[in-house]
Amino acid sequence: MINISVDGKQIKAEKGELLLDVLQREGFRVPSLCHHKAVQPYASCRLCLVEVTNRDITSITTSCNYKIENEIEVITGSKEVKDAQRMTMELLLARCPDSVELKAYAEEMGVEKTRFKTRTSEETNCILCGLCVRVCQEVMNIGAIGFANRGTGSKISLPFEKYSEICHSCGACEFVCPTKCIEVEKICGFKPQRIESEFDAGLTSRGSIYIPFPQAVPNHPVIDKERCMYYLAGSCKACEKFCSADAILYDQKDEILTKNVGSIILSPGFDTYKAPEGDSYGYRIYPNVLTSIEFERMLSASGPTKGHIKRISDGRVPEKIAWLQCVGSRDESCDHTYCSSVCCMYAVKEAIITKEHQPGVETHIYFMDMRSFGKDFDKYYERGKNEYGVVYRRCRIPQITQNRETKDLLINYIDDDNKIKEEPYNMVVLSVGLQPCNALGDLGKILEVNLNQYGFIQTDPYFQTHTSKKGVYVSGSATEPKDIPESVTQASAAAADAVKFISDVRGTEITEKEYPAERDISNELPRIGVIICHCGINIAGVIDVEKVVEAAKTLPYVEYAADSLYTCSQDSLENIKSKIKEFGLNRIMVASCTPRTHETLFQETLREAGLNPHLFDMVNIRDQNSWVHRDYPERATKKAIDLVKMGVAKAAELKPVLHHKVSVNKSALVIGGGIAGMNSALSIADQGFKVHLIEKENELGGNIREIFLGIGEEDPQTLLKDTIKKVMHHPMIDVHTSTMLEDISGYVGNFKSSLKNSEKSETIQHGVVVVATGAEPYEPTEFEYGKSPDIIKQRELEKNLAECKKYISELKEVVMIQCVGSRNDEHPYCSRVCCSNAINNALKLKKINPGVSVYILYRDIRTYGFREDKLYREARKLGVLFIRYEKEREPEVTIENGEISVRVLERVLGEEILFHPDKLVLSTGIVPIDNTTLAQQLKVPLNAEKFYIEAHMKLRPVDFSVDGIFLCGLAHSPRFIEESILQAKAAGSRAATILSKKHLETRGNIAYVTSRNCAGCQLCVQVCPYEAIDFDDEKKIVVVNDILCQGCGACSAICPSGTSQQNSFTKKQVISMIDVCLT
Amino acid sequence: MEEFEPKIVGFLCNWCTYAGADLAGTSRIQYPPNIRVIRLMCSGSVDSIYIMKAILEGADAVLIGGCHPGDCHYLNGNYKARRKIVLVKNILETLGMEKERIWIRWISASEGQKFADTVREIVEETKKLGPNPVAQRWNI
Repeated sequence: MINISVDGKQIKAEKGELLLDVLQREGFRVPSLCHHKAVQPYASCRLCLVEVTNRDITSITTSCNYKIENEIEVITGSKEVKDAQRMTMELLLARCPDSVELKAYAEEMGVEKTRFKTRTSEETNCILCGLCVRVCQEVMNIGAIGFANRGTGSKISLPFEKYSEICHSCGACEFVCPTKCIEVEKICGFKPQRIESEFDAGLTSRGSIYIPFPQAVPNHPVIDKERCMYYLAGSCKACEKFCSADAILYDQKDEILTKNVGSIILSPGFDTYKAPEGDSYGYRIYPNVLTSIEFERMLSASGPTKGHIKRISDGRVPEKIAWLQCVGSRDESCDHTYCSSVCCMYAVKEAIITKEHQPGVETHIYFMDMRSFGKDFDKYYERGKNEYGVVYRRCRIPQITQNRETKDLLINYIDDDNKIKEEPYNMVVLSVGLQPCNALGDLGKILEVNLNQYGFIQTDPYFQTHTSKKGVYVSGSATEPKDIPESVTQASAAAADAVKFISDVRGTEITEKEYPAERDISNELPRIGVIICHCGINIAGVIDVEKVVEAAKTLPYVEYAADSLYTCSQDSLENIKSKIKEFGLNRIMVASCTPRTHETLFQETLREAGLNPHLFDMVNIRDQNSWVHRDYPERATKKAIDLVKMGVAKAAELKPVLHHKVSVNKSALVIGGGIAGMNSALSIADQGFKVHLIEKENELGGNIREIFLGIGEEDPQTLLKDTIKKVMHHPMIDVHTSTMLEDISGYVGNFKSSLKNSEKSETIQHGVVVVATGAEPYEPTEFEYGKSPDIIKQRELEKNLAECKKYISELKEVVMIQCVGSRNDEHPYCSRVCCSNAINNALKLKKINPGVSVYILYRDIRTYGFREDKLYREARKLGVLFIRYEKEREPEVTIENGEISVRVLERVLGEEILFHPDKLVLSTGIVPIDNTTLAQQLKVPLNAEKFYIEAHMKLRPVDFSVDGIFLCGLAHSPRFIEESILQAKAAGSRAATILSKKHLETRGNIAYVTSRNCAGCQLCVQVCPYEAIDFDDEKKIVVVNDILCQGCGACSAICPSGTSQQNSFTKKQVISMIDVCLT
Repeated sequence: MEEFEPKIVGFLCNWCTYAGADLAGTSRIQYPPNIRVIRLMCSGSVDSIYIMKAILEGADAVLIGGCHPGDCHYLNGNYKARRKIVLVKNILETLGMEKERIWIRWISASEGQKFADTVREIVEETKKLGPNPVAQRWNI
């Protein structure tokens, strides 16, 4: 090691190191254009001039090719040095006055213009730094380009000025050129294909070493072996020279690992439909036709356009955008006869977000049926129209044409009056559907699971996590296209199934770590240890770490302050432990990266050293400082010192936080004995836990008792019988029929409920609750229901079909009306099952009585997923006629002399049609039961329609916000039997995450109340979103339930007396931070 | 005279805006070093006192950063913050102080650019506003 002095600062360098490398590593800003770590120094741009004093001889010299051999003194910031650098820049500017890059660099150096005579007739912006030549020769070992001519005539050239035959078209020369004046195309003679970024859906390109996407876990770069020049040609290895941690291993190989497992879950996902190039939509030919995935990336704040919508052709902001639905869905021509289920909603979402980003933009969606069948989806669809002005047009578009000059796109469509109209757009988005993922075929073969006719993984019709092979389960869109809530639900369900066989060995492979006893620090003054991390050059490259350490040493209570190269490395952590002992430290403050990733690691170290983990604080001087303030090293250092002051001020106020443990009662209460409740009970019991299943009726079954027909051959009644049998015979399930929940108290892990039936009241204890209370069928009052025996509900028809009633075969004409009691003002939601039920009944009717005419009057046909093919397409093939009506103009039903008349406006004919059906069948919806009492007992919320509200629609679809209570079945929202079963199992799976624990532990940053200061105002009780604060009526103070508290701190913010506080974020701690940062 | 560089105190929620600020870092999106961030678990835990204290101690601007409406990790803390900010602004106005110094922004964990843009915007706007008059000490 050699000590050198740079601008008065002492730094260390290896013998033989290049001066510029050392300066850059230490954070000195020295300009340079021709230097690159992967090639030999060349000193051609001559910008990196510094003043070097070596053995009393002082000279201004280029630093990039200066090898450090002995102790020297360097000056980088003097006026002389800067003047010399600027002069060189002026000379470069004289050569290339038009280079945008050079001008920007000059401006950064404080050079406004050159005083020299500039060349004007030059074609090239080449500064002759030779970086391209050197990279091609030294790094790529090719040498396709070189210098030609001499003196003022020098230039970069190809041999004989012909296209190079040896060029690998790797693009390295183009990549390194500081003035962007060389193009690979002109060297190899063709346009090389860029590597499209998969994450940005091809909108941007990426390198052959890259981080797949910003939130990747682990957030490490990977090498694309198919594209990396090292693997292709044995050259390059440039990344290795840049990685200071020596983390690039070219000889890493794929490994085959052998694991013994009890069950397998498949979640391979889906692929999006690949719109074929040059089809009638002109995808990839017309630049402004995008797929929805590409558009989604464009809309994303972290996407290539940072959330701004721009046309690919000219970067202009589009004023009018169209979405075309069902691209690669519901389409025989591409073999996708199914519906992709998610595209309607994502198109509406994209249109709405576009409107939010860019008010004034026109957004039109062309669709066939709006399939907003999910919970609260219809409201979103209506909001798009009413609040945002999204225009919905019901028409499938066959073709897009492009205006050659403007690159605008033309669409022909049929309007409401059946007139063909033409409309121009600046941009068109293709709402591409979902298809089986590529890997499915191989995976299916390896695991011997069958695929269905659509190429997705085949599942049992009612148990959609079960594959054709026992022990192999599946979740997500690999089974059928589905959205996030459904996928998450199915994933939890698959987890429950997979655990079933292996529940008796749960936790046997876990070894618990032992920690030394925590040191009692209650009588000690704060003794703070401060560590400032370099993070290699990530922090030290910008921030003067030494200065920060010096500042830290002066702060109150700081007993030890030091820097560290990588604080998270194993030796640094060991060092922290030894310093805790050596200096008797009782608090540690680390200034490094983000606590979001590293806090737990350091807390662990404290525990290992016998300190309470909450005696630790951390400030972020990398992600929120050195990385984002590269251009202000001095102010960044000042900021780091401020942050350290704040961290130390908080550390001085830190108190140990004790996590206490609460035992868990390993049994569950399932409320509701329908198909959802029973399956949930079975799922929990199969995982080895006791279940109390209560049902208010005198027998199990619920709604499914009235369902007789499945889509295929499956029989709901057989399912019911089997399920009841399993439940009744399960040793872990106690069935309580004719029983209601009378009262419930307690919290997660320890509930106490009293159950009441006609004879007695009984108290049980349990750790979790599953709500499966179901819903009920809508009882119609409209369409003259009840006034004629021939006006019946779909359920009645279904029962009669199942019984093969005689009248069925005598029917001549049947009319069905959809959306009865759904999607109206009273029930503003879709009941999800009615379209499929009606069509299924129509098909069964046609089977028994092929001569019958069936007319289905509908608003949107919502046969999503495979139902599209199995039901809707099948029905149309068999001649069932579908007539659409508008909400504003419902069919009119009258009865005269016992004869039913149905009038409906047929939009294609533009005329009213009159039917006299033998039977009028009403497709009635699903309405919630009165959930108010139970919701109050459990302290869980209901939505406007009185269905229960889950904790998070997408991420926690079967949880309540209150810990330990779960939700499934129709109480959540309308759904099919198989969907209820998935939810039921998911709730069982989520319940088991609590039941499988030995004990529950409180979080670190929970709220606490100092009882003597509490005035009993109960403001905190009102703001707590988790019902975690109770009012003690006797003592007139509030009490925090440590287990339920999630640590949001809302109570501490509202408490007028400062009684309610949050651990690790107390008012004293926060205010001390504010104080020191402003003084 | 040196150009006025505003001092900004930021109260950022752990789950969204703090993570967004981290992403600005991982994406190396540059912004001026005027902000000092205090990490809290939720924007809903920002006590009015924190904001008043920062203003009275001389902060030229205060940023409260939370999750987008509907995205709060703790269900609805950001709505609580929003209501509180309205009150604090009212109080400041009543006291004859500048409520423009208080900023509330929804920045998600994926919006590094938005975080950087927000800090830049606050710095620019606060420069127009000039230093917080409360920060000027009596010069006797």
